[in-house]
Amino acid sequence: MSKVKAELKYSKEHEWVAADGTGPAGIGISAVAADALGDIVYVDLPEVGSTVTAGETCGEVESTKSVSDLYAPVTGEVVEINDDVVSDPALINSDPYGAGWLFKVAVIDEGPLLSAEEYAAANGGEL
Amino acid sequence: MSENYTALHEQHQKAGASFTDFGGWQMPLKYGSELAEHHAVRNAAGIFDLSHMGEVWVTGPDAAAFLDYALVGKLSAIPAGKAKYSLMCQEDGGIIDDLISYRRGEDKYLVVPNAGNTKAVLAALVQRADGYDVKVEDVSAETSLIAVQGPNAEAILLGLIPAEQHSLVTELKYYAAAAVEINSQELLLARTGYTGEDGFEIYVPNEQAPVLWEALLEAGTDQGLIPAGLAARDSLRLEAGMPLYGNELSRHGNPYSAGLGPVVALSKEGDFVGKEALSTLKSAGVGTSKGQKLVGLIGLGRRAARGHYPVLKDRSLVGEVTSGQPSPTLGYPVAMAYVDVQHAEPGTALDIDLRGKAEPFEVVTLPFYKRQK
Repeated sequence: MSKVKAELKYSKEHEWVAADGTGPAGIGISAVAADALGDIVYVDLPEVGSTVTAGETCGEVESTKSVSDLYAPVTGEVVEINDDVVSDPALINSDPYGAGWLFKVAVIDEGPLLSAEEYAAANGGEL
Repeated sequence: MSENYTALHEQHQKAGASFTDFGGWQMPLKYGSELAEHHAVRNAAGIFDLSHMGEVWVTGPDAAAFLDYALVGKLSAIPAGKAKYSLMCQEDGGIIDDLISYRRGEDKYLVVPNAGNTKAVLAALVQRADGYDVKVEDVSAETSLIAVQGPNAEAILLGLIPAEQHSLVTELKYYAAAAVEINSQELLLARTGYTGEDGFEIYVPNEQAPVLWEALLEAGTDQGLIPAGLAARDSLRLEAGMPLYGNELSRHGNPYSAGLGPVVALSKEGDFVGKEALSTLKSAGVGTSKGQKLVGLIGLGRRAARGHYPVLKDRSLVGEVTSGQPSPTLGYPVAMAYVDVQHAEPGTALDIDLRGKAEPFEVVTLPFYKRQK
């Protein structure tokens, strides 16, 4: 069963948000989504300086077998993207909550987010 | 959800496979990483459960003449021990299935249709058999099919075959088959496959399949053999430029547009189902000067095309993608597509509409990947 990390919040579109209220929020996709996609070979991220809107698409994640839109779980300005994951998208499979993070946003507003417990329950993940 | 499980289902579950419905069967999609499985087949070896494929025996004094009538190829021309890739067409030239037939004797053929088409092929064979002295017997439910594919496939098999029969395997030609003693059972071994690599397919009764599967895996441990699922099978066959029924081939298509004109033996003696329509399509130049043609496309960017995406030339629709994904071996996106013949020349620059954005692709000669011999 795919791992759901306890201290994060999740969107129903499978993005995780790491926000402690002190700085930009880190965003990635859950292990549930990464496992379902299969081996990820390409990721298209929003540009630094662009504004993303909660619930709207802001990029895409492509595996050998399928492609999936990336939805912004929060609204705000993108302040950093993970260049490592752009050059080595397999990091999303191997370490979705760590080295496979995607981008950071200076959050203005959060979209509707689930707790780790709620997300795990809804998606068959393992806390 | 399909109800059909192969005789190897337990082996797949134990190996941690994730499953997918394919042609009415629950088949392993992948065991771990589909990319690792793909690379294993290109560089070492992979073992596949293909038991969803159909197996139909056609036997009797008229077997050869009957298959010449029922299929578009000249099956009577192949000697016993050889196999032939052919098509079963409708009267209008539409493709019912692409299939391999093995001649096992003067009056004996094993016909292997795709899983999802087995019922249709069987029904058509029975219907077309009227007036021929043949017996058509479906043994799909009792027969498993295990493939070992990759550069190390031969060495792995030899480990399970008595020394005095080794030459049967080492001398077995591509698209040939022989009865060989494998793991102490006499089985039909064919040098065929759907990966673009050297490899073998073994027909085995269901009850013997699990033991054979495990013996092959054990024999292949030192040779890098791992189980591979349908995800890897699909990416391997796409790189090798091989059509998949339902993607590139259908009842609405025809052999000439699909680049399978040479498979149609218009000059063979006697009538065959679809002859008139196919002859008309050929003389009209379908697939060469008229209509659409199946081509290979490579992506100049990193984003991959997928089935049903529109193919554009100067923003006008000129075709549709049938299969596409990032090529694990080559490292860039590859796709097959039907395009209008005037845009089918290798080197032609075309765009594919990737979810609203036109991305540049180029027509190339198939296959995308060819192994070094």
